[in-house]
Amino acid sequence: MRFLYRPGSSPLHRCPAGAKLLLLVAAGVGLVLLRDPLPASAALLAAVLLYPVASFGPRVLWQQARPVLPVLVVVGVLHGLSASWPGAYVTVVGLLALVLLAALVTLTTRTTALVDVVVRVLRPLRIVGVDPERVGLLLALGVRSVPVVLDLAAEVREAQHARGLAASPRAFAVPLVVRSMRHADALGEALAARGVDD
Amino acid sequence: MQLLRREQPALPGRRLSARDLALVAVFAALVAALGLFPAISVGSAVPITLQSMGPMICGAVLGRRLGAASLLLFLALVALGLPLLAGGHGGLAVFAGPTVGYLVGWPVAAYVIGWLTERGPRPYRLSWGVVAHVIGGIVVLYVFGIAGLVWQAGVTVPHAVVINLPFVPGDLAKAVVAALVARGVFAGLPDRQPSISRVR
Repeated sequence: MRFLYRPGSSPLHRCPAGAKLLLLVAAGVGLVLLRDPLPASAALLAAVLLYPVASFGPRVLWQQARPVLPVLVVVGVLHGLSASWPGAYVTVVGLLALVLLAALVTLTTRTTALVDVVVRVLRPLRIVGVDPERVGLLLALGVRSVPVVLDLAAEVREAQHARGLAASPRAFAVPLVVRSMRHADALGEALAARGVDD
Repeated sequence: MQLLRREQPALPGRRLSARDLALVAVFAALVAALGLFPAISVGSAVPITLQSMGPMICGAVLGRRLGAASLLLFLALVALGLPLLAGGHGGLAVFAGPTVGYLVGWPVAAYVIGWLTERGPRPYRLSWGVVAHVIGGIVVLYVFGIAGLVWQAGVTVPHAVVINLPFVPGDLAKAVVAALVARGVFAGLPDRQPSISRVR
């Protein structure tokens, strides 16, 4: 399973995951509260300048920005036509800044470190019946299950090809769902055998 | 893993059993597989994936509780940096973008579809399934998507509705296909059809 994380030793890579997430949330809240061209431009400039700090080149920056650009263009034009063009600028630039900053956290933080933050943040919710360790287990199970189900999907696809069946969504999804259920049953029994239900 | 000794005689409450955990994890991965596998190779530039059928399939097959949980887990995995969204996207950035409403709406759509499917006729009926998928996977989901566009991108509600219109035919088709898939699954495994009496 390939993660979006890119290993490195920059200051941003070494910064604790919790701190990065907190700063990201602060940037999001700040941009919502200060809907003004200046803070939005400053945030975008900061985001762009942080990429070299994390030792990422312009190519990586472009890869992060590209997927949202079509939506941002549509949003910007609609916003400009219905409200105002300065407002459209603030919205588009602010969103782009947030997307780039969020991508930066993802690029520089290991998934395991983020899981630890989630488990830590959920700890106070123990009072209302949330079991943080169980959430951590579920996240780990999810990460583990992705390559397994991808293998199942590849098997189903091969079986279809071997029988010369046309690629129909239903002929693909039905056996995939059934196989996934069987796999989940086996996994559930294994977990129960390890005392997860006790 | 901390093992809490707790009385749990088939507790239908909030705690997920080992079996539930496994189903939720595997179906979260299934949503990923639906997005990463080009289901229909029509030679077009944009690969058509079945990922947006994920909430429909999870809700219909697992019921409201586990269906919603599996979509929540899927979103959590995406947020944690796994490139599981169709096209290999993921990370926290997708939650900062203007289309965040659709993602947030997925677990809710799965819940609504699961709720409706649990109350549906037995054996599974295609028409009921299609209606459930349209209500949960289109009406409810679009409400969240439009709210996201309005809140996050400052678009007016009518404009946000217009943005959604081109997607309606494809999503209607997916509602039908997902119902066909559910019928196919329950034809082989009739006891897995979710019901109110046996909320899993």
